[in-house]
Amino acid sequence: MNINMTLIGQTIAFAIFVWFCIKFVWPPISNALHERQRKIADGLDAASRASRDLELAQEKADATLRESKEQASQILEQANKRSSQMIEEAREQARAEGERIVASARAEIDQEVQRAKDELRAQVSHLAVSGAERVLEASVDEKAHRKLLDKLAAEL
Amino acid sequence: MAGNNPSPTEYIQHHLQNLTFGYHPENGWSMAHSAAEAQEMGFWALHLDTMGWSIAMGALFIWLFRKAGKVATTGVPGTLQNLVEMVFEFVENTVHGAFHGRNPVIAPLALTLFVWIFLMNLLKLIPVDYVPEIFVRLGIDYMKMVPTTDPNATLGMAIGVFLLIIYYSLKVKGVGGFAKELSLTPFNHWSLIPFNLIMEVIGLLVKPLSLGLRLFGNMFAGEVIFILIALLPFWVMWTLNVPWAIFHILVITLQAFIFTVLSVVYLSQAHEHH
Repeated sequence: MNINMTLIGQTIAFAIFVWFCIKFVWPPISNALHERQRKIADGLDAASRASRDLELAQEKADATLRESKEQASQILEQANKRSSQMIEEAREQARAEGERIVASARAEIDQEVQRAKDELRAQVSHLAVSGAERVLEASVDEKAHRKLLDKLAAEL
Repeated sequence: MAGNNPSPTEYIQHHLQNLTFGYHPENGWSMAHSAAEAQEMGFWALHLDTMGWSIAMGALFIWLFRKAGKVATTGVPGTLQNLVEMVFEFVENTVHGAFHGRNPVIAPLALTLFVWIFLMNLLKLIPVDYVPEIFVRLGIDYMKMVPTTDPNATLGMAIGVFLLIIYYSLKVKGVGGFAKELSLTPFNHWSLIPFNLIMEVIGLLVKPLSLGLRLFGNMFAGEVIFILIALLPFWVMWTLNVPWAIFHILVITLQAFIFTVLSVVYLSQAHEHH
C-alpha cells in the first residue's frame, strides 16, 4: 500500500469533519458541561450562603435571648426596688398617720383639760364668792369684786 | 503489501484483514503474511490489532476515570471531573431505570461496557488509511483498527455478559429455580417441559449472540462503507465521508448504549424470580 490521493481525500474529509465537530458537535456538549459546572457552583454558593445566614440568625437569636434575659432581670430588680419602696412608703405613712392621731388626741385632751379648768374656774369663783359670803355673812357685790374674783380664778 | 496500485477488491480485503498471529499448519506459530495464511490458521489465531487497540482503549478508560477520581473534589468540578461525572450519572440513571435487583456489580459493569465500547467505536472516526499507513511504514502490513468491527471482540464481551447471566441466575434462583424457569415457562405443565426447554435455551443463547452480533454488524457495516467511500476520487470523497462520519457520531454512541442497556436488562432478568 502506497501513499496516494486517497490519503489526501481522507485528509480533506477528516478536516471538514473536524471542523463540523468543532462548529456543531462540541458547543452543545461544552455548553452542557459549563451549565452543569455553573449549577454546581451556584448550588454550593447557595449552600454556603445559607449556612452563613443560619449562623447569623443563630447569633442574632442568641443576642436577642441574652438581651431579653437582661431585660427580665432588670424588670425584676426594678419591681423588687419598687416593692420595697412601697413598703417603706406605707410604713412612713402609717407612722405619720399614727403621729397625727396621737397629736389630735393630745390636742383634744388639752382642750378638754382647758375646758374643765375653765369650768372649774367658773365654779371656783362661785364657790369662793358663796364661801366668802357665808364667811362674811354679807353679800358681796359680785360686780364690785369682779376684778378680784377674776384674778383669783386666774390664779387657780 | 498489496502491490503499488491495489485493485478495489484488494484494497477492501486489505483493510478488513486483521493482524494475525497464530498456529499455521506449515509455518507453526507465526505472523500471518496474507489473508489466506490467516484463514489457514483457523481457530488457533490471535488478532493482535484487535487485542492491542481494545486493551489500549480499556487502559485509556481506566487511566482517564482514575485520574478524574483522584482529583475529584466535592466542590465545583474541573472539566475532566465534570465530564466523568456526567457519564457516570448517565450510566447510573440508566442502570437505575433498567435494573430492578440489588447488585453492586451491575453499575460499574455498565459504566465499563459503555465507556469501553464507546472508545473502541470512536476509533472508527479516524480516517481509514491513517493508522494502517503508519503501521505499514513500521513494517506491519495489516492493521484493522476498530476492535468492535471484529466479531471476536464483540462476542467476547457478549460471552462475558452471558457468563454473568448464568452466574447470577444460579446464584439468585438456585440450580433448581433456574432449571424450573428453563423448563416450566412459558407453559407450566409437565408435558410441555421439552418444548419449554428448547424455547428457553434458545432464548438464553440468543442473548449473547444478539448482543455481540448487533454491535459487530453495525460497526462492520459502517467500516465497510468508510472503506468504499475511500475508493472514490479524492476530490468527491468528503461529500460522502463527512455526512457518514457525522452520522456515525450517533451510531457509535447508540451502539455502545444499546449494548450496555441490553446487558443490564438481561442481568436484571437473571435476578428476577418468576
